[in-house]
Amino acid sequence: MAWMSWTLPTALFFLSIFLILVGMTAWQIASPSVERKGFLPLETTRGDRLFIGLLSSAYIHLAFVALTEVHIAVATVLSVIWMSFLMRWG
Amino acid sequence: MNKVENNKAWFLVLPVFAIVAFSAIIPLMTVVNYSVQDIFDPQTRYFVGTEWFKMVMTDSDLHGALLRQFIFSFTILAIEIPLGIAVALMMPTKGRGASLALILVAIPLLIPWNVVGTIWQIFGRGDIGLFGAAMNGLGIDYNYASNPMHAWLTVVLMDVWHWTPLVALLCYSGLRAIPEVYYQAARIDRASRWAVFRYIQLPKLTNVLIIGVLLRFMDSFMIYAEPFVLTGGGPGTSTTFLSQSLVTQAIGQFDLGPAAAFSLVYFLIILAVCWVFYTTIMNMQKDK
Repeated sequence: MAWMSWTLPTALFFLSIFLILVGMTAWQIASPSVERKGFLPLETTRGDRLFIGLLSSAYIHLAFVALTEVHIAVATVLSVIWMSFLMRWG
Repeated sequence: MNKVENNKAWFLVLPVFAIVAFSAIIPLMTVVNYSVQDIFDPQTRYFVGTEWFKMVMTDSDLHGALLRQFIFSFTILAIEIPLGIAVALMMPTKGRGASLALILVAIPLLIPWNVVGTIWQIFGRGDIGLFGAAMNGLGIDYNYASNPMHAWLTVVLMDVWHWTPLVALLCYSGLRAIPEVYYQAARIDRASRWAVFRYIQLPKLTNVLIIGVLLRFMDSFMIYAEPFVLTGGGPGTSTTFLSQSLVTQAIGQFDLGPAAAFSLVYFLIILAVCWVFYTTIMNMQKDK
């Protein structure tokens, strides 16, 4: 694994993505998701909302890095808030 | 809606998952790791956090390349999709003519990217190329090596020549899949040629067009070899697209960290645009 040049932050990042996917799978088996319409202009399943959430979080992080000098953790906190909002009401 | 769930089928997908893991997921993870470090050699590496991302996203050269990339992709989509449909509609459907037309249309698809670049590089030259000489003959001082407009025209024309056949073949197969009864019904209703196209052929082509648009968008967004051979990104930087900037950075200057950060931003852009395309087209279908 040395050739992959792991660092702690990236390892934690992938670990959390992995855990999210495992968690979502378990959740899906426990109670299958149904398409529904929230504040987003399209019908989405839980997995769709997760994808939209993760992708938009990536853009939130990029925007913070490119446009501001604020610490990246601020973007992460905002993303988590945004994602929970999206998963619940999206 | 009750769906029968049989999770055993997932085991059959495992080989694909393994291949994708080795060919895409692990390399992508490595790129993510590289993007946050300054790596001199495997032993000497420093964590730099988001520095490369900041550098890449505030780089005006890359903004230019990104803008040109979008203009290029949307230009060729706007030309290739309607043109491909038109070609498919005009292709003969029966007899020897049909096979001949299929082969003729498919020929550009068989030519490797860099050869296409070379062909057009010669084809467009004013002294020995047919196209360049013809343009000069018409009194247009055509020179793709010095005039940015001409360089753009040549690159777009080259892509249209190379890839319209793909759209045409997809549409052709889509058209062949329409049952004859639809046309009979249309004839009974005395539908015009336009009505047949608008209400029978186009709706039935939606699925192949989704694939066509996505493939052409992704491919053109990653275009590298053809403009590299044809214009080398010039004159100046007028035809330097994203992948060429990336290669210059990653291989030319060996700045792996910034190149990795750039790759990830590039990847996110493609992912977002494809998702938007896919969702829009899927929802258009649902509304019907």
